[in-house]
Amino acid sequence: MFANYKREVILFSGLFLLIMLVMTFMGAAYSTRMLVEAACYAIIALGLTIQWGYAGLFNAGIMGFIALGGFITMLFSFPVNEDFWASGHASDLGSVFFKLVLGIALIWGSIKLTRFGVAQKWQRLITLILIGAVYITFMASLDPVANAIEKDVGFIGGFGLPVWLGWLVGGVAAGAISYGIGHICLGLRSDYLAIATLGIAEIIKAFLKNADWLTHGTLTVSPLPWPTPGPSDLGFIMARALYLSLTAAMIAIIFFLLTRAYNAPWGRMLRAIRDNETSSLAMGKNVNGRRLEVFIFGSFLMGVGGAVLTTFNGIFDPSGYIPLNHTFLIWVMVILGGAGNNLGTLFGAVFVYIIWTMSEPVALWVFDVVRHLGESWFDWQAPGDLDSRALQARVFVIGLTITLVLRYAPKGVIPERIVHHT
Amino acid sequence: MNELVFFINKVMISGAVIGAIYAMGAIGITLVFSILRFAHFAHGDLMTTGAFLTFFLTAMFPAAGPAIGLPTAFVMLPIAMVITSLLAVSIDKAFYKPLREHNVKPIVIVMASIGVTFMLQGLVRLFFGTGSRNLYIDDRKEIFRLDLPFELASRKLVITEPQILLFVFMIIAVVALHLFLTKSRLGKAMRAMSDNADLARVSGINVNTVVIVTWVIAGSLATAAGTLLSLDVALKPDLSFNILLPIFAAAIVGGVGHVYGAVIGGFVVGFAESLAVFNWAILLRPMAEKWGWDLPANLALVPTEYKITVPFFILIAILVMRPTGILKGKVL
Repeated sequence: MFANYKREVILFSGLFLLIMLVMTFMGAAYSTRMLVEAACYAIIALGLTIQWGYAGLFNAGIMGFIALGGFITMLFSFPVNEDFWASGHASDLGSVFFKLVLGIALIWGSIKLTRFGVAQKWQRLITLILIGAVYITFMASLDPVANAIEKDVGFIGGFGLPVWLGWLVGGVAAGAISYGIGHICLGLRSDYLAIATLGIAEIIKAFLKNADWLTHGTLTVSPLPWPTPGPSDLGFIMARALYLSLTAAMIAIIFFLLTRAYNAPWGRMLRAIRDNETSSLAMGKNVNGRRLEVFIFGSFLMGVGGAVLTTFNGIFDPSGYIPLNHTFLIWVMVILGGAGNNLGTLFGAVFVYIIWTMSEPVALWVFDVVRHLGESWFDWQAPGDLDSRALQARVFVIGLTITLVLRYAPKGVIPERIVHHT
Repeated sequence: MNELVFFINKVMISGAVIGAIYAMGAIGITLVFSILRFAHFAHGDLMTTGAFLTFFLTAMFPAAGPAIGLPTAFVMLPIAMVITSLLAVSIDKAFYKPLREHNVKPIVIVMASIGVTFMLQGLVRLFFGTGSRNLYIDDRKEIFRLDLPFELASRKLVITEPQILLFVFMIIAVVALHLFLTKSRLGKAMRAMSDNADLARVSGINVNTVVIVTWVIAGSLATAAGTLLSLDVALKPDLSFNILLPIFAAAIVGGVGHVYGAVIGGFVVGFAESLAVFNWAILLRPMAEKWGWDLPANLALVPTEYKITVPFFILIAILVMRPTGILKGKVL
């Protein structure tokens, strides 16, 4: 049985050796932290591999879904802010949102006006005016309430609910956003989806950063509760190991379900759509419907992964989400590991994450050597911010890796296996 | 009256400036999109790279500008444009062309362009650091304060030298590009490529030349846009993803493949942004005093922090209502 999987066995053994090496040199506490983070990234990468690998959808806004998952889990699991609920702001906020719901109901109703014999031209005009009015009313009534909340109680705090619920809802929220985006962009060329997701990610980040009343903005929220006993009860290593086993169990479940879905008629239909859209259409397959499904599922996984990652970090910091680390690193994981192959994605996620974390001290060390050599040999005056520049060298390497992999190993190190169902 | 002058300064001039920058970026995007058929994500960083090349040249020859009477960076711009064009052509040769020849899906080339984005970003920050720079090294930015011939207007109309240079440069560039695309053989070949690549190839058009010219135009305009923007504000290495959304929105609003469309789109997006974040309370205040209205302090449609939402919603609106754009471009 292993003869067919020789490449996988070799690669995963190599990965295991690498982990052992890191364990030996960096200590168990450091490496368990790294592994948990790698596991969170693996969940996110599995989300991307079904979007890109199964269906060929380009999602350039993973960061947004991660941040959204992180925010929702913060909102759900962070302890209740008694001051806020005791003050009158809670009911003020409630009435603002009641107005919003009312406004949305009005807008929705105006869209249905055509059923009552109103011409579409007028319906569009009425809807547009209504959207404008609702937007202005909502902004105008939210603003004073938000300012009062920020001034009096900081922010609204969390709901104090179990963490797993936050993870689940974080995923659902990410899925809901991606439904909106996918609904508009999936019928068009894939480039448009890339641009739109890039935009939505920046908007989500801008919102989380600036809506101080809701998210505490750049002031950050910490510590987030863990679903497992924390380091204060068990010590760092044990607590992280426990968290690691939780994430590993999640990965196992997701992996199993994805593999089932991949081999099921649904997954085969997706591959058919990816490889030949025209003939799938001719077969009467609902191309955009399937794409929308897979886009939502993938974003759900990204939201969940982001939530798990944020909970593990223990701090919700909206400015901490950056496109390089939270979008394109995941792209590297997926295309290097092998898009469309869950095992390859898993390998890519853990391998790339280890290399990425290890490259930080390595880059600093290399640049330190360069500085010493330059100073002693050429009287070179090194710039003061050499360390921050050294970290930028890693950005270059990420870019180079993306282009080289696309050029020389477009299928990744563990290519997708096409199973012939006869 | 003063409020109106403030409005002109804040909205008309700054909207036109940012619109012109977006327009020059969008021309490059729209040409690459229609001729090479992929969304070039590295365009923002091409701008930054070009601007930093200008900065490097300016730092090398700081005395060149005062001798002519223009900002040194503007004098150095043509050289930087040539270097960036060469860079763009060689990036294409090294990273995009092999993929094209492998007949990969266009989206894979988009991904490669993201790889190029990070390479350029890494290089620029490695050599020039992450801080912001000033393109005026030996000279000073000239600011013109124009008196208005009205009695009530004590506030002055403010326009800076780089803004004037920007408008002059853009008008010349767009007219020249239009003449090139409609009158010259090569320009016609480019339009033929964009209409039907296969037909252009079989009718004997040299595809390689067309591709090179496309990158030269895109690279030069990106350099000009990056440099003139940095002359007006400051040179920062963080343009990349922030400017990508507005220039894509501009290209798609105008209609992919149309140079004039890109210009219109650029100004639409630029004015929409500055109108949306403008605090209308300032303009309405005199009326409010007259009629005794109660005005809130801030009446901006979109808070400044959420400026990025404006191009996004323009993009979504145009994709929903008219995916071809204003000038009936291609839907690829």
